[in-house]
Amino acid sequence: MVMLAENRNDKPGDPGFEERLAAFEDRVARGDKVEPGDWMPADYRIELVRLIHVHSNSEICGALPEGGWIPHAPTFKRKLALCAKVQDEVGHAQLLYRAAETLGKPREEMLQELIDGKAKFSNVFHYPAKTWADVAVIAWLIDAAAIVNQTMMSEGSYGPYSRALKRICYEEAFHLTHGYDMCITLATGTPVQREMLQDALNRWWKPIMMFHGPADKESKHTEKLMRWRIKLKTNDQQRQQFLKKYLPKIFNLKLTLPDPNLRYDEAAKEWRYTEPDWAEFLSVVRGNGPMSAERVQSRRLAHEQGAWVRDALNAAATNQPVPMPPAVLAS
Amino acid sequence: MHDTQWRVFEVFHQSTRGEPHVHVGSVHAPDAESAVILAKEQFSRRQACVNMWVVPAEAITATRYEDADMFQHGTDKSYREAFGYETTKRARAVGDMQEI
Repeated sequence: MVMLAENRNDKPGDPGFEERLAAFEDRVARGDKVEPGDWMPADYRIELVRLIHVHSNSEICGALPEGGWIPHAPTFKRKLALCAKVQDEVGHAQLLYRAAETLGKPREEMLQELIDGKAKFSNVFHYPAKTWADVAVIAWLIDAAAIVNQTMMSEGSYGPYSRALKRICYEEAFHLTHGYDMCITLATGTPVQREMLQDALNRWWKPIMMFHGPADKESKHTEKLMRWRIKLKTNDQQRQQFLKKYLPKIFNLKLTLPDPNLRYDEAAKEWRYTEPDWAEFLSVVRGNGPMSAERVQSRRLAHEQGAWVRDALNAAATNQPVPMPPAVLAS
Repeated sequence: MHDTQWRVFEVFHQSTRGEPHVHVGSVHAPDAESAVILAKEQFSRRQACVNMWVVPAEAITATRYEDADMFQHGTDKSYREAFGYETTKRARAVGDMQEI
């Protein structure tokens, strides 16, 4: 259900805006969920659409590096699990596009913006998955970082997003455990397997440390997003939560991390680390990463090659002759 | 024309025969038959499912949250509830049997 744009009075200066804003913030602070038909400030709608759109794009783009490895999975069991994970990720994107759509942005438009290179997706999917160990590190640590973020966001104030995230977190528990299982296999395997895992971790550590977004002191939106309970933790808080939970597990597998400044500060009960280069992060998410163009191109190709399926569904629904798939026509 | 801005179908999932169908989300589809296929892929990849409903979203008539006060009771309705009666206490006052 798409809301009509007129008569919302949802911007500063509109009649009654301040009173409505106060009532809105009051109920959100009490933990009330906001539903699609409810009054909400225009900025709340804009920020949520922006976040959910990036999130859905990331689910789609996250499936691309992993999908490429399906034919090369080392065992049949790994191949089945990887197929299931990729299918989940694409399904999660669909759930999220639906959630964003309840705020008034059509799904068609969101898909188009992604293949036009106008929409962002997570920094980590702008990098290549060079070896099978990369698949293991992505499934374990990037899904772990994502679960820290998504579990927090699932307690947020917007009902449709919160409900989609609860389902997503439930399904991603298997991604994480399967990724951990793959990493344990490589860590306890031959010297070549261990080396391959360590190499993948070395290359992925920097993007992983950037995953939760710019440091709090550089983040412009945080205060408002937290007041409206869109986010419940800052980027740095999420990063600390991830480090506290996963660094011991990484070190337990006798792996090392390429950060000379990484140490636990007993007094502050926090991990200290080299501050990521946020200018590089911003450049990567704006489309200048090593795989940015290729990801968008793959997505565009999939969209174009799948067009006949959508046409066939449309035709069947309206009793038109159903077109044959292109491969059949060519043969 | 590759428009996939299709109708929205709400999806209801039943995990065991005899249990209620529960709303789990929605899908876009050009018709109900396709909606069932898409809903199956999206909402029954893991959980047990014995039956699924898809309903065009526009077929649902809903109340508005602003009107939630229409569900408030104007008067005390405890006489409609078992807890609204103090039978044990009253029966004990009649005789001396403990198990009543």
